[in-house]
Amino acid sequence: MRKLALQDEILLQIEKPARYIGNEVNSVMKDPNKVDIRFCMCFPDVYEIGMSHLGIQILYDMFNQKENVWCERVYSPWPDMDKILRDRQIPLFALESQDPVKNFDFLGITIQYEMCYTNILQILELSGIPLRAEERTWEDPIVIGGGPCAYNPEPIAPFFDLFYIGEGETVYFDLLDLYSRARAEQWSRRDFLIRAGQIPGIYVPSLYETTYHEDGTIASFRPVEDGLPAVIEKQVVEDMSDTYYPEKPVIPFIKATQDRVVLEIQRGCIRGCRFCQAGMLYRPLRERNLDFLQNKAMKMLDSTGHEEISLSSLSSSDYSRLPELVNFLIDECDRRGVNISLPSLRIDAFSLDVMEKIQDIRKSSLTFAPEAGSQRLRDVINKGLTEDVILDGAGKAFAGGWNRVKLYFMLGLPTETEEDQKAIAWLAEKIAERYYDIPKEQRKGKCQIVVSTSFFVPKPFTPFQWAPMCRKEEFLGRAAVVRREIHGQLNQKSIKYNWHEADVSVLEGIFARGDRRVADVIQYAYEHGAIFDAWSEYYDQARWDASFAACGVDPDFYVCRTRADDEIFPWDFIDAGVTREFLLREWKRAGQERVTENCRGTCSGCGAKKYKGGVCYEGQSEIC
Amino acid sequence: MKVRVKFAKEGAMKFVGHLDIMRYFQKAIRRAGIDIAYSEGFSPHMIMSFANPLSVGLTSGGEYFDMQIRTAFPSAELVRRLNDVMVEGMRVISAVQVPEDKAGKAMSLVEAADYRISFRESQPLPDDWQVRFAAFMERTSIIIRKKTKKGEKEMEIRPLVYEWHFEGDAVFIKVSSGSSDNLRPEYLMEAFFEAEGLILEPFTLMIHRLEIYVDRGSEGRHDFCSLEALGQIIE
Repeated sequence: MRKLALQDEILLQIEKPARYIGNEVNSVMKDPNKVDIRFCMCFPDVYEIGMSHLGIQILYDMFNQKENVWCERVYSPWPDMDKILRDRQIPLFALESQDPVKNFDFLGITIQYEMCYTNILQILELSGIPLRAEERTWEDPIVIGGGPCAYNPEPIAPFFDLFYIGEGETVYFDLLDLYSRARAEQWSRRDFLIRAGQIPGIYVPSLYETTYHEDGTIASFRPVEDGLPAVIEKQVVEDMSDTYYPEKPVIPFIKATQDRVVLEIQRGCIRGCRFCQAGMLYRPLRERNLDFLQNKAMKMLDSTGHEEISLSSLSSSDYSRLPELVNFLIDECDRRGVNISLPSLRIDAFSLDVMEKIQDIRKSSLTFAPEAGSQRLRDVINKGLTEDVILDGAGKAFAGGWNRVKLYFMLGLPTETEEDQKAIAWLAEKIAERYYDIPKEQRKGKCQIVVSTSFFVPKPFTPFQWAPMCRKEEFLGRAAVVRREIHGQLNQKSIKYNWHEADVSVLEGIFARGDRRVADVIQYAYEHGAIFDAWSEYYDQARWDASFAACGVDPDFYVCRTRADDEIFPWDFIDAGVTREFLLREWKRAGQERVTENCRGTCSGCGAKKYKGGVCYEGQSEIC
Repeated sequence: MKVRVKFAKEGAMKFVGHLDIMRYFQKAIRRAGIDIAYSEGFSPHMIMSFANPLSVGLTSGGEYFDMQIRTAFPSAELVRRLNDVMVEGMRVISAVQVPEDKAGKAMSLVEAADYRISFRESQPLPDDWQVRFAAFMERTSIIIRKKTKKGEKEMEIRPLVYEWHFEGDAVFIKVSSGSSDNLRPEYLMEAFFEAEGLILEPFTLMIHRLEIYVDRGSEGRHDFCSLEALGQIIE
């Protein structure tokens, strides 16, 4: 039997010991003496969150298909385990082999949200790897970051040797081959990094330098070595039907957040909502082939025994073969005793019919994400959902027997006025009125409308990357306006209002658009106890305030400014497909309250057409 | 058809709790392609029930669950199919058909269990501990104080130990188990250490469950029968 890294006595005194034992169904064991490269894949949050992430499952499967590579996993030790590892100086270990992370060739960290930044430092320190890349030697793994936050890697740049910009399926093996050569030929670590930086999509932060203007904005950003690209190009999978997809995802013993088969039906989005980073980063929209999905769904249900399957993508209603896929899954799942969990779909006859088949109407609710309360503001953010569509969808659903509706909005959007904030309450009221229009004897008691607002955080590579963000007090003031207005509505008893915490949103905004100077703040906060900032029970605003002050970094510089049209952004050296000209055009159109059509309507020339695939070429070649 | 599956849980799997083991088997049954029966309704669940939950940290060679299947397989085929989809530390030992009557409801009628208790090296024991333990077990009464929600309660445990002997450096015990008069093995060892003035360091006992039983005896005479023995091999 495998020997665990931790003694029984430790595992018996911590929460959920199964987080640390590995051995899960479909996890991959190899003989360490028979592989050349050991890759440790990390999701820097607790096991149950990390195990729910599809991206890691794809890369884990892809790496382990290679005979000479063994990919293992590590997640953030929960604070109870963190303390034990520190007190007893036990090095952090990978789940499969239980070997120390420090002994691996690579530590790959997927960075899905800004609030996990301090957890990255926790992983490095517990592994015994120097926090700063400049202090590392060949005794340490190559630390590489990827995922959506790698599109502005600057606030965490000093902690990484490399970043991978784009979709992991494309150039990883080139990097591993180069590494094998470097070790065989005994290159220096720096020589390896310089050569790695010439692989498309690989960014080596230590080989680039930034200068600043007196006002704090960036004056220049350039490589310090010859032969390195000034611009790093995002790597994308051009053909989604001939790519890696795990047939045997790893199944955790303890209940993960996503305890089901996940079927990624498409990547990218045609909608062009101006606040949405994913919608811009993953362009162009590329659909997966229907046969491919049907086949993978069955194989994954067979190999996992999961009791549920869900579809994953942005704006799933836009998947052109959705009815065929869903009907196939309904039949297949019925036969197997498996449930289907639907993504939020545009409410129409098809989706209501499907929902009626697979959900208990009494228990399920409808979800709309108008994002803004007024039509004016929805035009600013290019959210093509109109009030008529919402009321019509809700009306149809009410007639079908539903009486619960969830509505999602953002507060603090560019140009937002008090009128726009109040319009959130008015829209909820109109939906309630639509319900009470149904004759009393035909409706089932009261309706329940849950309004949730989050605070708008401007993100890189969106048209709103120029926009100012609200301070905490402004956010809370806007939430108070919504709350008061809801209380004043006729059907206020049917409307419930939730709002998000503001502190975390502001910090997220600083990290999202931060530059290298923010790294010192992150390290300072970590060294003063910050970990698990995404968890409200561990988040400490006072600690962050003190860290900014100690490092002499002004949060307002990152939060409150409207950026000049020609300001150099920290992430400008990355070519994410969408051009800066397109984003600026969209920022101007937002100010003019002009909507832009989706990719299937009219091409708006965003720049993603250069990738030779997906929606940009629909109609020119057959997609099936 | 109602089938009773006996399985072992060893090694690292001792850190996986009872509810997670139930979910593990639900998925394993699907992977094994066993045609299990489901309840009715919008979210149908598998018709299966587990015997006495095993605490986290214990290993076992005698765990059980019953399941209702719609397509019969020979016992050997069921065992093979399940073992093909197990992870290291989980092993299916047998699968037998049980009647739908009382014997088929044995899960709720568990009366006794066998355990083997050994000590980690971290706990040095006095050289004469076995002599002292044997003397301790000669007592006709052993009373322990058990913490309950309403404070402490006294419990007489000596009559709940039906059999015991040494197995090398370990102690074998057959004790009362189940919903009433459940004797956790560590209670007996804690009582022994306390009576002898010895300190039992936390996490030093290693407890392995060997078997669980129903009691078919009457009028004060025990006739223990393992859950497995209540069923029949499916040919």
